[in-house]
Order: sequence, then C-alpha cells, then structure tokens
Amino acid sequence: MTLTLPQQSKPPSLQPTGWLRYLSFSVDHKVIGLQYLVCGFAFYLIGGALAGAIRTELTSPVADFMPRDVYNQVLTLHGTIMIFLWIVPVVNGAFGNYLIPFYVGARDMAFPRLNAVAFWLIPPAGLLLITSYFITGAAQSGWTAYPPLSLTTPASGQIIWILSVLLLGGSSIFGGINFIATILKMRRPGLKLMQLPMYCWAMLGTSILVVLSTPVLAGTLILLSFDIVAHTGFFNPGMGGNVVVYQHLFWFYSHPAVYIMVLPAFGLVSEILPIHCRKPLFGYTTMVYSIMAIVVLGLVVWAHHMFTSGTPPWMRLFFTIATAFIAVPTGIKFFNWIATLWGGKISLNSAILFSCGFIVNFVLGGITGVALAQVPFDVHVHDTYFVVAHFHYIVYGGSVFVIFASVYHWFPKVTGRMLDENLGRFHFLLTFIGFNLCFAPQHWLGLNGMPRRVAEYDPQFAFVNQISSVGALLMAISTLPFLWNVFASARSGEIAGDNPWRALTPEWLTTSPPPVENWAGEPPLVTHPYGYGIPADQIDLKDASGSDLWSNGR
Amino acid sequence: MTSLSPQDQAVEIQEHHEESHPDHRMFGLATFLVADAMTFAGFFAAYLTFKAVNPLLPGAVYELELPLPTLNTILLLVSSATFHRAGVNLRRSDMQRCRRWLLLTAILGLAFLVSQMVEYFTLPFGLTDNLYASTFYALTGFHGLHVTLGALMILIVWWQCRTPEGRVTADNHFPLEAAELYWHFVDGIWVVLFVILYLI
Repeated sequence: MTLTLPQQSKPPSLQPTGWLRYLSFSVDHKVIGLQYLVCGFAFYLIGGALAGAIRTELTSPVADFMPRDVYNQVLTLHGTIMIFLWIVPVVNGAFGNYLIPFYVGARDMAFPRLNAVAFWLIPPAGLLLITSYFITGAAQSGWTAYPPLSLTTPASGQIIWILSVLLLGGSSIFGGINFIATILKMRRPGLKLMQLPMYCWAMLGTSILVVLSTPVLAGTLILLSFDIVAHTGFFNPGMGGNVVVYQHLFWFYSHPAVYIMVLPAFGLVSEILPIHCRKPLFGYTTMVYSIMAIVVLGLVVWAHHMFTSGTPPWMRLFFTIATAFIAVPTGIKFFNWIATLWGGKISLNSAILFSCGFIVNFVLGGITGVALAQVPFDVHVHDTYFVVAHFHYIVYGGSVFVIFASVYHWFPKVTGRMLDENLGRFHFLLTFIGFNLCFAPQHWLGLNGMPRRVAEYDPQFAFVNQISSVGALLMAISTLPFLWNVFASARSGEIAGDNPWRALTPEWLTTSPPPVENWAGEPPLVTHPYGYGIPADQIDLKDASGSDLWSNGR
Repeated sequence: MTSLSPQDQAVEIQEHHEESHPDHRMFGLATFLVADAMTFAGFFAAYLTFKAVNPLLPGAVYELELPLPTLNTILLLVSSATFHRAGVNLRRSDMQRCRRWLLLTAILGLAFLVSQMVEYFTLPFGLTDNLYASTFYALTGFHGLHVTLGALMILIVWWQCRTPEGRVTADNHFPLEAAELYWHFVDGIWVVLFVILYLI
C-alpha cells in the first residue's frame, strides 16, 4: 500500500520561501530542524540569564539579590527551561530532524506533518512557563516538583508548570515516534542498519527511551495535578498517599531523560571526530551495542536518585550494581573515541576542540556519577552541590559542548558559509575555562555540606562560591563571540562549498545549503560512512570497526 | 553542484511529492500505542505499590462489586470481535455489512460507557474519599477517556464509509485499521485493569 504525500494539491507558490518559512508550519525536515535549534538557543539564553541570577545571588551568603521565593522560582525555571526547552529539543529535535533523513537516504521524515506539530508545541509551552513568572509567580518546587513541596507551594504556578511539561513531553513523544519510524522504515533501498552513521543508532536508542519513559512522567504529572486541583491524595501523606511513589514514577522518566540528553550527543561526537581526524570511527559495532546496552540499563537504574528516600536495602543494592554496570558501555564509547583520535591527522578546529572538551568533561562527570551510585557516598552528598556539579558536568560539559561542536561542524552545510575559526577557538577557550571554573569548585562545596537549591549558605563557603560565580560570568561572556560569529559569518563568512570537511556522510554529498529534496538526483548509497584514510577500493567495514581486534583477542 | 533558486526548489517540491513511499502510519500508531501503554503501566505500578505499602486508613470505604465490571468486560470483548467482522467485510468490499458491524461496535462501546457511569453513581465512595478511591477513579476514568475517543473514531469511520466513493474503501482502509488497532488496544488495557483493580 502506498500513500501520496498531501503537498501535491497545494500550489508551490503558497510554500513560504526565504526566512519566512522558518516562522511557518513548514513540513521540511531541514526547516523544522533549524526551528528547533534557533528556538532552543533562545531558551538557552533565557535559562542562562536565570543561571546568572542564581550565581549573582550566591556571591554572598545572604539572600540580598532577590527574595527567597523568587530564588525558588528562578531555579525551577532555570532547570525546566534548560532541560525541556534547550537540551532535549536541540540534541534530539534540531540535529535529529536535520540529519536523520540524510543519513537514512530519505527526502523527509516518515511523518512530516506530525513533525511540524511536535515542533510547534514547544514555543507555546515555553511562553506559558515563562509568562507564569510574571502573572501568577512560577512554580517553586524545582524541576523535580517533588510532593509534598509541590503541593504546598502556590498552586497556580505549579499547574502551569505541569501543563507546560505535558506539552513538551507530548512534543518529545511525537518526535520519538517519528525518529523510530524514519530510521527503521525509511532507509534507502540497499542501506543496511549496520551501515548507518552512529547518530542514527543514538537517535534510535534515545527515541526508544522517549517512547517508553516520557508517558510515565505524563501520567505522574496528571496525578500530581489532581492532587493540586481536585485535592485527591495520591502523593499527599496527610491523606494516606505516598510521596515515594511519585519519586519512583518521576525518576523512571527523569533518569532516562539524562540519556535522552546525552545519547544523541554521543552520536553527534561520533560523527564529528572521524571527519576531523581523518580516521574511521573506532569500534562501530561495539558503539552500537553500547548504545543499546545503555538504553536497556538506563531504564532500570532510576532509584539511585532515591537512596535517602527510605529505600529498602535490596533496592539500594540492585540499583547500585545496575548503575555501576552502565559505566561499562559508557566506558567502551569513551575508549572508542580516544582510539578514533589516536594517531589521527587531527585538525584543531572549533568542532574538534568542543568535542575533545566534551570527552574530558564527560569523563569527569561520569566518574562522579559512578561515585554517586555508591550508597554510602550518596547518602553523604545527597542534595548537595556535589550533585549539582556532577549533573552540570554531564549536561553542560557533555551535551552543551557537543551542541556547540555540532554548530561549528554543520554550520557550513546549513548556511553555505564557514564560521570564523579564530573566534570559534576563542569561544571554546572561554567556555571551557568558564565552565570548569564554575562547576569544579562545586564538588568541594558539596563534599563540605553546602545544600543545593537554597539562596543562603554558611559564610565559610563564600569565597569558593565567588570563584564559581566568576566562572559563570566567563560562560556568559563566551556567548558573545559565538553569537557575533554566527551572525557575521551567516552574512559574510567565507563560502564553504558543498563539502568543506571532505566528509563521507550523506549530508555532505549535496549542495550547501541542501535543496528542498535533499539531493538533486537519487540519494547516494553510503555503505561506509567512516571510510577515511583507507584507499576507496580497500574499504571494509569489519576492519574499520575494530571487530578484528575482538576476534583476534589483541 | 550549484545552489537552487527558490523557484527551482518549488518546482522540485511539486515533482517530488508526486512520488510516493510506503505507508508507515500503522507503524507510527503502534509505536504511539506502546507509549500509551506505558502511561497505563505507570498508573498500574502506582496502584500496586499503594496496595503493597499504603494500608487503607481507618474508617475509609473502598469496596467494589463484580457484576457490573464483568458485564463491561464482556461488552468490550464482544465489541473487539464485531470490529474484526467489520474489517473482514470491508476487505470483501461489502460496505453494507461493514457499516452494520461498525455501528454495533460503537453501540457496544457506548453501552460500556453508560454501564461505567452507572457503576460510578452507585459506588459508596467518591474521587477524594481516600487513596484507593482516587486511584480507582483515575485509572477507570483514564481508560474511559480512551473508550470515548475510540467510540468517536468508530463513528467517524462509520460515517466515512457510507458510500463506495467515501474516504474509507476496500483499497483505502487505513482509518478503519487504525481505529481497529486502537480499539483492540483499549480492550486489552481493560482486561489488565479488570484483573488488577477488581480481581487482585
């Protein structure tokens, strides 16, 4: 059975062209990808301003910059915006929509209109969230919205927060369904699954997590809204309810959410590294199995967020072991990236600098993650700045660094012009120093007992907090060269040509920017997306994947 | 290769979209139903955990009668069978019978909803009375919402295949197949819900 796409009935003149199409209900996956990216970046600036407000408040031990309840609103908005409106939509929606159809050799996603709907759920949800601050006061219970806190803080802000997160969750699920269908069903004839670029595997794994875990969060938040609006008692201990059940359901989504934020970043790095060090991606097969192992394990580790919630000993034991296991596939990926770089002809451009920054930061965040999985340690540092530091090393040092690397890498394809490399390297330097200056001291703060999410703290922590705030200031400043670079280069950057990186993946085998139909002719069949440094007639994926090392036991 | 002008691109849109690709809508719907099932799984997990660790507070009333939900189970199971008959007749291009079976399915679905409402009004507890009462109404209510949507879908399909030239025909049976898959899903969820809420 076949289906004819609906656009044929519309005269082409009604399709907006030029920049207007970025404000339209376009069904072109490239337009939608850029809509996600620009919209996400706008929210990143807002979330960053909120982070700046938090760090300003914390330069002194007393709440003098803003009242305590405003501080609570600011930290809640910061967490929610950065997770649900910046990282998740950008690493999934933006790069996924732009790249996946290229990688599978398709002209668009499987469900173009659903794709546009998924994007257009995001701006209203974000506006809802932000305007709640001005109209009724935003939610105050953090991005976790734990009851009973979320039941006792002002209800209107909390309800708007729930509504907004439900919209964003719906957007995420629609996106996930689209990615699964596109990767599994829309592949160009002749293209096998094990020949797909790694980002496809990362997006397949991520989308499976999205489809399995996001609905649980949606259901939980519906129950929470019943508790707030209808005064039921699901999570209200005073009415016989159970707050720990909320935590279980919440983390059943929100732990996989960390992988939803970081697995696509893994995929993007795996695309960027081989091109800029002119070597095949090391260990393709093990990379694929690692992603799938992370997907499976990622669904059964959630209670490691709850070691201080009266969790029974058997549960602590199980979740500690399961969490420690996740370090294995993650470590495999880390060593594969190192092996990809090893002996390569590395060009130290902005894309690879940000990718290497990602590897360094992510390993540091990963190590503290394994430490946090150990119950005795976790009980000590639970809800302290140690957790804040760990989390930001994963999502900022991990995902956001990769987003910047990807912007430097794919900007020539999207706009047809190169970014300025010197400004890019300067941007990297500022970001890397600022990031580590901001978050590394927070490990020490946490180990010494500074609790998170509180506007005031023990005066002995003042100096270290001020160092951290200086780092945050550097991060804020680092945005300026980036923004300048993007705007200036889009107008008058060096012309990139179709394939400035001499890459082999299919998105580079077309014009820059690509035509509406992605390729002027038939989609190319790319069976060896990482065949760098090998004469074309000798390419063998088995050799390139390192699988011979496994079979020979070397 | 050179960059295409907007006019060329517009021409290309027209050319391309006359191409066709296989229909993946059923696959997409099935993936969505997996997600939907996970929402129910979350509710069921919450209910079972409440049952394991949260005793009914003293003085709280939570008792369910079996006859009405058993009737509901039979109604839904029969309606799955009638929907299947409708699909079989559609593939035989027997639109008359297809529509008759569809109508019967919709009536069974609506009968389920009426019976559910009767149960709601005769139960000795309300939504906010206690934890179990709240969970009962949340679970059955969320399922009832699904039945309502399903019944609406059936009536829409019934309307769409009123003529041989209508939207749903033997050659284009996606709307009917989609509604059928959804209906079987809602049915299956009810069986699990019946076992967990009423039998355990």
